[in-house]
Amino acid sequence: MSEPQSKVFLCLQANDETRGIVEAIRTDNPDAEFDYQPGMVRITNKGTMKVVRETVEEEVGREFDLQELHINIISLSGHVDEDDDVLTLTWNS
Amino acid sequence: MQMDLKTVEIKPQRETYAHVAARIGSKPASRYQEGTFDLQSTGNPHYRPLWDPRFDYFDEARTKIAMKDWYDFKDPRQYYYGSYVMVRAKQQENAEASFSFVESRNLGHAIPEDVKEAALRLLLPLRHAAWGASMNNDFIAAYGFGTGITQPALYAAMDQLGIAQFITRSALLFADADALDAAKTQWMEADEWQPLRRLAEDLMVEQDWFELFIAQNLVIDGLLFPLVYGTIIDDEISMRGGSAFSMTCQFQVDWAKEAVRWTDAQIKAAVKESDENAALVSEWVAKWKPRAIASLLPVAQIVLEDRAEAALEEVAAEFDRRLGKLGVAA
Repeated sequence: MSEPQSKVFLCLQANDETRGIVEAIRTDNPDAEFDYQPGMVRITNKGTMKVVRETVEEEVGREFDLQELHINIISLSGHVDEDDDVLTLTWNS
Repeated sequence: MQMDLKTVEIKPQRETYAHVAARIGSKPASRYQEGTFDLQSTGNPHYRPLWDPRFDYFDEARTKIAMKDWYDFKDPRQYYYGSYVMVRAKQQENAEASFSFVESRNLGHAIPEDVKEAALRLLLPLRHAAWGASMNNDFIAAYGFGTGITQPALYAAMDQLGIAQFITRSALLFADADALDAAKTQWMEADEWQPLRRLAEDLMVEQDWFELFIAQNLVIDGLLFPLVYGTIIDDEISMRGGSAFSMTCQFQVDWAKEAVRWTDAQIKAAVKESDENAALVSEWVAKWKPRAIASLLPVAQIVLEDRAEAALEEVAAEFDRRLGKLGVAA
């Protein structure tokens, strides 16, 4: 029996600032699931999820510092690996 | 008594305006999309303008470029009034800080006299060129079709006015008000400025707004900004001890980088639409580029003297590479 793979999740406030970020996550994580709840978006994906600065910049049309993400993060799960270009959430499998 | 709180999610009937949803599907739209798509008046035109009865007030036929959907012209910076004003306000603050840094440390006095004079002779008359560029973008905003391109054109017109004002402030910082009058006389009478002034004035009577876009925003700005603010002010003048000029021209450098993104996106959209458009764009570039280069040479010579030609060639080669990437014949 194969072990079911754990899911990582990222929960963002749903507002004008995060709209482009959510779209970027959709582009970079084609398998991710998006659950729109009142005032927030809960994004889950199996095993790993990444937020890529370059994709976000294309979506929002300006320079983007990944640290800006933290203003709108409600919660997350997974090990965080963050540098200037990409934020990755993973579970050690 | 026990109370249980329960959240009820109320789905909005519609996520955005119907005309925006028709373009992007029923999902939350960004403010840029809501403040841009289909804002241009179409249909039910009033009488035709007396001053030009060939066209409606808002008429797609005012340029030879043809688009199935004029909203293919999008601004990659996604500026609507709110975001545009916020970005510029921040840049204004940065520029103010640079100006007051230069002023409070008296950096102007540290510049060798001959370098200061050459830099001012080059920089100050350019505020008249910036005003011309502003007028031309006003024209595009007034006669262009589709808010996707006319809206950022109006912002570009305001930006060019801002650039003219920053140049004026540089003049007042490094010299005095008389320098502005002298620069106006230079612009009107000095031999080295006449080709550029003639080009600027010819463009003010150009009737095809997309041709004007190419001539002003792609060709002239695409050559002038890297040459004057990159090669001359940031490199040459700074090396000769005038880096204070670099600080007061910071907005122009940042703005040019940003404007390139906008301009390139418009050219790409036009070229992608049809071979006829691509041919027109190439034809217009071929028409205006040699004139722009020829009129910038005497201007570059003010500071670079006999090295001006080589510097201009380098800038032009870089510009040709940019055109190549846009699918335009250089």
